Amino acid sequence: MIKHLRSAADLDAATATLILDTAAEMAALSGREVKKLPALRGRTVVNLFYEDSTRTRISFEAAAKRLSADVINFSAKGSSVSKGESLKDTALTLQAMGADAVVIRHSASGAPHRLSNWVDGSVVNAGDGTHEHPTQALLDAYTMRSRLGRLDGLKVAVVGDVLHSRVARSNVLLLSTLGAEVTLVGPPTLIPVDIVAALSKTARVSYDLDSVLPDSDVVMMLRVQTERMQDSYFPSAREYSRRYGLDVTRMRKLPEHAIVMHPGPMNRGMEIAPEVADSPRSTIVEQVANGVSVRMAVLYLLLGGK
Amino acid sequence: MAYLLKGVSILGASPSDLYIADGVVSEKPVEGAEVIDATGLVALPGLVDVHTHLREPGREDAETVETGSRAAALGGYTAVCAMANTSPVADTAGVVEQVWRLGREAGLVDVQPIGAVTVGLAGKQMAELGAMATSAANVRIFSDDGFCVADPKLMRRALEYVKAFDGVIAQHAEEPRLTEGAQMHEGEVSTRLGLTGWPAVAEEAIIARDVLLAEHVGSRLHVCHVSTAGSVEVLRQAKARGVRVTAEVTPHHLLLTDELAAGYDPVFKVNPPLRTRSDVEALRQALLDGVIDVVATDHAPHAVQDKECEWAHARPGMLGLETALPIVLSVFGPQWDLIADRMSIAPARIAGLDGHGGDLTRAGTPANLTLVDPAAQRTVDPAELASRSRNTPYAGMTLPGRIVATFLRGEATVLDGKAVK
Ligand SMILES: [Zn+2]
Repeated sequence: MIKHLRSAADLDAATATLILDTAAEMAALSGREVKKLPALRGRTVVNLFYEDSTRTRISFEAAAKRLSADVINFSAKGSSVSKGESLKDTALTLQAMGADAVVIRHSASGAPHRLSNWVDGSVVNAGDGTHEHPTQALLDAYTMRSRLGRLDGLKVAVVGDVLHSRVARSNVLLLSTLGAEVTLVGPPTLIPVDIVAALSKTARVSYDLDSVLPDSDVVMMLRVQTERMQDSYFPSAREYSRRYGLDVTRMRKLPEHAIVMHPGPMNRGMEIAPEVADSPRSTIVEQVANGVSVRMAVLYLLLGGK
Repeated sequence: MAYLLKGVSILGASPSDLYIADGVVSEKPVEGAEVIDATGLVALPGLVDVHTHLREPGREDAETVETGSRAAALGGYTAVCAMANTSPVADTAGVVEQVWRLGREAGLVDVQPIGAVTVGLAGKQMAELGAMATSAANVRIFSDDGFCVADPKLMRRALEYVKAFDGVIAQHAEEPRLTEGAQMHEGEVSTRLGLTGWPAVAEEAIIARDVLLAEHVGSRLHVCHVSTAGSVEVLRQAKARGVRVTAEVTPHHLLLTDELAAGYDPVFKVNPPLRTRSDVEALRQALLDGVIDVVATDHAPHAVQDKECEWAHARPGMLGLETALPIVLSVFGPQWDLIADRMSIAPARIAGLDGHGGDLTRAGTPANLTLVDPAAQRTVDPAELASRSRNTPYAGMTLPGRIVATFLRGEATVLDGKAVK
């Protein structure tokens, strides 16, 4: 097993599949009366969150607790971190506390890589800057597999602000590893020209959402921050949503079986219409539940739980 | 002190004896001269760096004029031009004279201050360039390095103004609107790493504009740390038209690429950023062709805490003085005439440092020189560097060439590979 999960590129197909299979077992166990497993009893998992992300932190916390790990939440607000303590000094503190795993969320790309140089425990990337969010990609893959029964050969459209999206990067890497065919869709300003060369030779790029939808098994809408307008990535929220938003009319272009995903939090009315988000095709609520199972599997496998 | 360098090879020529007395190359040996067995050693005119950050005043925890001077002497330098982005900024006669005096006190290399183009490097108002030029520091190069003189009108005026005292504007070519938040070269690697890109065009656009401005007003322009193949083409065309432009390239841009950012270790973070393999190839060819005139270190010491952190929070810059010659040797091999020109003669000419870059075969040439053992190799150990900082990107690399001795106006600053003071 790998030691850290800093990037989806850390996972080969066998390891990724093992995580998804283990997550399925975890989900089955969680369905039972007893929600706690003794697997990580006596182990310490630290949630080190430099960015506010209650949903991701709670998901990791629930995952670690269901495996009976001791959980320490170390949030940037109101701690020594916000008083200017360096990442390295924080790392040395966590090291002294005997952290077996550190789950880190940070606004700087690569912070998990830096952290892994300074702690002995496993480092799990819970989102770093505009780099990656590998457990999100794992839970997305898990959701696709459980809805559609496979990943190999699946056609997945990832739509929106690919340039700034850590979710997109991790998804392209992981889905390509698992044999899915990814098409990145968005305005050219938000799709780096070298994304295919950088991440996956099998991925494709399209600037035309309508032409991609009829041939997609999955459409994943990325959050688009309206402040990108100020930076001239697109002229207005209205134009963005006309060209790249998923509304009811567009949703009808999808094949019957296709699903709609969103990593959250959504901008309803911007990249996704409320009727679409709440439709039976939407897996958005399911994604949250699957997140806990997948993160249980990641912690369990990284820490060599028994 | 007089010296007799026995069996030395001047610029790779067959061995001869070189006499030093009264601060100059002497025709005949002097009674009582100290004899140095220079068998197998190559004598080069003392290296001249037109782009050094010495950090004093303001960040003496990272480097001082004295520690930087020592690093320079150990690297074979006899003169360095100290960039103006200190704290306070070297934008007045007072600050440039202070740096110049500190250099004289250290006495290891000639420290020639560079003056800021604009007050506080803010890019708004021209600094008192004339006062700096006529100060004891005798400033001839002006630069806002660290920042680009982005305002085209201000750049035009500065280019014109310094003609009165044969000054030159050294431009840090970076269109700021195209590099907001930039962390590394914009390309495949930045896309993979999720780091904001610094596009090549942000450099090329400014160089293109500035060579046109220099041509328009008939002024001298110097371009700092050229880093892209596209910049080389812009310079090639400008030089072919006769524009009075000179350019520098750093050792790190001649050797390293953006792939090194993959581990997010900020020791590889530098501005302009490390580029691609094809840029490196173009820069090497440009230095050979003379489209790029000089190698300049952009020696940029940083305290540990400014590098042992997240990539985005780290300061850009690398140490360079103690490794520049070995890097150039490793890239180009023992092409001594080329090395002497690009690292001593041409930079001395650009900076107007008359006593440097002289002909060592001629009696009366100021004895500013360095002796290199091309057969020796050295593995770079950051702990062994004379610089106060440790941010070398070459740690663990084995490089050719060892600087055995350096002489400043006939006095040894380095002997047996060690600084004399
Ligand atoms: Zn610069």
